[in-house]
Amino acid sequence: MPELEHQVLPAQFATWDCRNNRLAWRGLLSDGFRDAVYAARERFGPHRIAVVVGTSTSSIGASEEAYCRLDPDGQYPLDLRRSIIHTPHSLGDFVQHALELTGITVTVATACSSSAKAFAQAARLIQLGLADAAVVGGVDTLCGSVLFGFNSLELVSPEPCLPFDVERRGISLGEAAGFALLQPEAGNGPWFIGYGESSDAHHMSSPHPEGRGARVALDEVFRRAEIGPRDVDYINLHGTASRKNDEVEAAVIAELFPSTTAASSTKGWTGHTLGAAGIVEAGITLLALEHAMLPGTLNTRTLDPVCGPQVRIDNTTREARLGLSLSFGFGGSNCVLAFARSDVH
Amino acid sequence: MSAPPLTVAVQGIAFWASRLPGWEIARAVIRGSEAPPPTAAGRPAAALLAPTERRRAPDTVALALEVAQRACEAAGESPQNLPSVFASTHGDLAISDYMCSTLVATPTLISPIKFHNSVHNAAAGYWSIGAGSYAAYTALSAFRYSFAAGLLEAAAQVACDQRSVLYVAFDIEAKGALAGVAPSSGLLGVALVLGLQSRPGMPRLRLQLDAAENAQATPARSPAADVVAKNALAPCLPFFESLASERGAGADSVVLELSQRTVLRIAFEAA
Repeated sequence: MPELEHQVLPAQFATWDCRNNRLAWRGLLSDGFRDAVYAARERFGPHRIAVVVGTSTSSIGASEEAYCRLDPDGQYPLDLRRSIIHTPHSLGDFVQHALELTGITVTVATACSSSAKAFAQAARLIQLGLADAAVVGGVDTLCGSVLFGFNSLELVSPEPCLPFDVERRGISLGEAAGFALLQPEAGNGPWFIGYGESSDAHHMSSPHPEGRGARVALDEVFRRAEIGPRDVDYINLHGTASRKNDEVEAAVIAELFPSTTAASSTKGWTGHTLGAAGIVEAGITLLALEHAMLPGTLNTRTLDPVCGPQVRIDNTTREARLGLSLSFGFGGSNCVLAFARSDVH
Repeated sequence: MSAPPLTVAVQGIAFWASRLPGWEIARAVIRGSEAPPPTAAGRPAAALLAPTERRRAPDTVALALEVAQRACEAAGESPQNLPSVFASTHGDLAISDYMCSTLVATPTLISPIKFHNSVHNAAAGYWSIGAGSYAAYTALSAFRYSFAAGLLEAAAQVACDQRSVLYVAFDIEAKGALAGVAPSSGLLGVALVLGLQSRPGMPRLRLQLDAAENAQATPARSPAADVVAKNALAPCLPFFESLASERGAGADSVVLELSQRTVLRIAFEAA
């Protein structure tokens, strides 16, 4: 993400200053989002708007920097002796303060499903009347832990990632911030109509070989949203371009969905933005519904034969009423979100 | 408009701290009927894991799995069936120290196992693997409000889905330079099974949000307070002091901070 190194947070947020929160700030100022939250705050009160945001590494990059610049006593340099940026809740705490909210504030950290699960948790708070609205989303920025960590697992592609390609060689890492404001009535916006969450119960960094967890999450989203596979026009797949993820995910989609459902991975455009992938791909799914333009799979040339007719390389112009976004994370954490166009629900 | 209260039943309790290794001893020390053991116990057994995994498991995993399993046993629930919520202030402070110091010295030698164990949901992931559970878990953090935030999410899941939920919270000892900004001493893990049906001798919890200016957070006040005060999860102690209370349900309530300006009032009601 360009120029984050030189970006400056407003002085009142200096306590939270770090790469991850700078990107969070940039996200909050995009697309009129902060103004939408201000309007909701005016309507419901600052204590009635929850903040539920996801991240995988939060601002651990600031801790990494501190370890590079320890003082002679082995302590953090003075400018980085700020406890809040060296703990996972750095993100949630910053977002709450940046938006001047005072209600429930939580940081979800379930690796690559984090910001998808934020939608589910926020929906529960609203359903129970614990909040009138919720800011959801997520932010992840690159840091040494992620770059060298994924390299140690030999999961990083030497070329831009090729999701579902027979010759795919691994993931491309990306950075992103994204937010959404959930309210019980949509106004003229689209609907978040259900979620499914599950665990693989299999391995910390490899998916269940038959996609058991993914199937449980899909069953749950069908039940909660009261839909079936035939109702789904578009699926934004997790599609990291790792050998294993794409093989398992493609087989599940081929088995469960009709050929009329279009499915794709958009990580060729964005890279894998880890804890932010859920909100980024929820956003892409909503754009697909709004513009009747279903994205294909950038970079991919030849689909792996395990893919069914659902997985598309090319963009498709087509009316779409209902979309799913799939997110699967390390530790076998799965989350599927269902969205409907504003005029459908 | 204010939030309606949430009511859930406590169905199982577990507690493990370095000098209070188990709910029985913790409850006795809280009540003042026993003195805290003079020395710290070793780390807990994490019997759910296979023996090789048990030896290699980070302290976070051993601690979280120990209390998770004990709470399920106390509730008479199979670990396989319960959705779960895991909360931790800082996650695995020892692995964070390892990652940061290895990145300075020999970044290309980062251990792939340490890397995948560095995620905040590692303990929850190992729990789901050990329990063979496809039920959802979540892993969250809310700095010094982590215990209260996790408790509220677990209760919310009970209320939304009308089923029992396992709640686990833990923090471990900080290592290296990170200890200067994220201080935490010893191990402290707690777990609850929360559900709809009351159990004999266990209270129901009535949870209600309130503004911080209306209610002072309850301080820890038992002889156990000093024993766990320096662990990052120490803000959970007033809750367990009320659970251990002999005054009887209905006589007790606690206020936990939930964010800078919001608190969670918890009334303990007779089953």
